[in-house]
Amino acid sequence: MNAQSNAMTESSIQSQGTAPAAVSAARAMYWSIRREIWENRAIYIAPLAAAALFLFGFAINLLAMRRHLSASPLGPAQQNDLLATRYELSAAMVMGTALIVGIFYSLDALYGERRDRSILFWKSLPVSDLITVLSKLTIPLVILPLLSFAISLATQFLMLVLSSVILAGSGVNIAAMWTEVSFFHVSVVLLYHLLTVHGLYYAPIYGWLLMVSAWAPRAPFIWAFLPPFVIAVVEKVALNTSYFLDLLEERLVGLQGDGMASHNAPKDFTASLIPHHFFSAPGLWTGLALAAVFLFVAVRLRRYRGPI
Amino acid sequence: MTVIEARGLRKAFGTTIALDGVDLRLDEGRILGIIGPNGAGKTTALNAILGLTSYQGELRVLGRDPWAERDRLMRDVCFIADVAVLPRWMRVSQALDYVEGVHPRFDRAKAEGLLAKTTIKHTSKIRHLSKGMVAQLHLALVMAIDARLLVLDEPTLGLDILFRKQFYDSLLNDYFDRSRTILVTTHQVEELQHILTDLMFIDRGRIVLNCSMEEFEARYVEVMVQPGQVAAARALKPMYEREVFGRSILLFDRGTNKNIDRQQLAALGEVSTPSIADLFIAVVGNQSDREQGAAQ
Repeated sequence: MNAQSNAMTESSIQSQGTAPAAVSAARAMYWSIRREIWENRAIYIAPLAAAALFLFGFAINLLAMRRHLSASPLGPAQQNDLLATRYELSAAMVMGTALIVGIFYSLDALYGERRDRSILFWKSLPVSDLITVLSKLTIPLVILPLLSFAISLATQFLMLVLSSVILAGSGVNIAAMWTEVSFFHVSVVLLYHLLTVHGLYYAPIYGWLLMVSAWAPRAPFIWAFLPPFVIAVVEKVALNTSYFLDLLEERLVGLQGDGMASHNAPKDFTASLIPHHFFSAPGLWTGLALAAVFLFVAVRLRRYRGPI
Repeated sequence: MTVIEARGLRKAFGTTIALDGVDLRLDEGRILGIIGPNGAGKTTALNAILGLTSYQGELRVLGRDPWAERDRLMRDVCFIADVAVLPRWMRVSQALDYVEGVHPRFDRAKAEGLLAKTTIKHTSKIRHLSKGMVAQLHLALVMAIDARLLVLDEPTLGLDILFRKQFYDSLLNDYFDRSRTILVTTHQVEELQHILTDLMFIDRGRIVLNCSMEEFEARYVEVMVQPGQVAAARALKPMYEREVFGRSILLFDRGTNKNIDRQQLAALGEVSTPSIADLFIAVVGNQSDREQGAAQ
C-alpha cells in the first residue's frame, strides 16, 4: 500500500506541478465501507432484529419455565443446559441472519449501482475499482462476522440478565449460572468460528456472488444460482456422480466439525479450537485461491461495466 | 497548457462505429461545447475522456491515459453525467461526508456555502429532492472540488428554464476561471451560445466543425434577404437557406467563400450572426442530405 501511494503521489506531482493532497487507500477504503453500511442498513438492522426476536422468545420461555419450576426444581446439569444450548441457538440465529444478509448484499453490491446509474457518480470520484470491490467484499467477510459476534455477545449477556431477573427466587441458583457458563470461552469459540468459517472458508462464495453481481446484465440472483444447479444436474445425468454437489455441500456445511472438533461439548471449549486442522485443510486454500480469481474478474468487470 | 489531446480516437460497438477517428485538442481555460444529434458519439467521446470506456487511438487527459488511470485522473477531473446519477438512498449530509472523505480536493465549506443558497436540507434524502434540486446538489458538490477539468454531459436535461439558467450562471460566476476548463454537451444549444469559447459539431462519430467562438462569429454570417434580392444573394453560394415568415434567410460561410464581405451582404438584407442551432442544422443537416443523395 505504501509503495502504491508513493507512486501515486509522485506521478501526481509530475503532472501537477504542486503537491496535491492524496487520499490514502486506507481512508478511501474506510469511507467506501461506511457508505456501504449507509446504503444497506439491513447489515446491522437484520441481525439486531433477529437477536431481539430471540430474546423475546427466550423471555417467554423463561416465564413458562418459572411456572414449572415450583413443581419440579432443576438439577445442576439441567441448569447448565438451560443457558448453554440456548446460547448456541441465539448465536446460530444471529449468524444465520447475517449469512442471508451477506448473500443478498453481495448479489446486489455491484449490480444495484449499475441499475440505478449511480455507478457514474461513484466513478466520478478518485476511488479505484479495486478499493470499491474490496470494500464491498469486506462487508460479508469482516463486518458481518464481527457484527454478529458483538450482537451475539450482547444477546448472551442479556439472556443471562433475563434469566437472573425472571428466575430469581424460583429455586434456581443464579450465582452458579453466572459462574458456570464461562462467557469468555463461549465468545472465543464464537469469534474463531466467525472469522475462520464466515471470514475465510466462505470467501469463494461471496467472491462468486460479487463477480456475478458485477457481470449480470439482469437478474443476478438467477445467474448466481442457476449455473451451479445446471452443473450439478448435468453431472448427474452424464456421469451419474455428484461430486460438484458434494463440493458445494462441504463448502456450506461440511466444515463445522473441522475447526471446532466438539461443537456440542460447551464445557471444554478451548480444546475444540484446533486452528492447525483448519489451516492445513487444502479446501481452505483452494477456496481462497478461487475467491481471489473471482475478485480479480469482478474488479476488471467493474471497469468495463457502465449503467444498464 | 493542453488539457485534452486526442488523435485518431476510435470506438466501435460491434459493427456500429461510435467514434471514427476523432482528433481533439483542448487547452486550459476554455469552455468547449460539443453539439451533435443523438447517437453521434458525444457521450462515447466523453466516456473515453473520463476513463469509462476503452478506445483505440491516442488520448491523453491532463497527461494521463484515462482508461488505465481513471481513479487518479478523477482527482483533477469532475463530471456530471446527467441529473439522475446521484444515489437516491443517500442523504445530503452523507453525500457531503463521503465526497469529503474520498476526495483530496473537496472544500466542504464551499459546498455548504453553495447549498445554503438553495432550499436543500442536509437531512433530506436525495430521492425526496426534485430533479432541479438534485442538479443543484450535484453542481454544489462538483464546484467545491478544485478540479482542472469539468465534464458535463447533458447536465440540464429535464430541468425547467429557471434551473437551467441558474445552473449556468452559477457555473460561470462561482466556478469558472482561466485555470479551469469545461467540456459540455447539450441539446439546449441556445443557452450555451454566450458561455462557450469553443464549439464542436460531431456527427456519426466524426467532427464536422471545430472552431473558437471568435472564429464562429467572424466566419458565419446570416442574412435575412430582402424579397427582391434573393436571386443575387443565392448567386453568392450560401451554405444553407431557410424561410421564416415568407422571407429567405441565407447562411454564408466566409471561411470557404472568402470573397464575401459584410458590406456586400448588408446591401442584400439584415446581417446577423447565426445561432449555433441554425449553424448546426446547416452543417449537420446538409451533410446528411449530401450523403443520402450519394447513396441514391
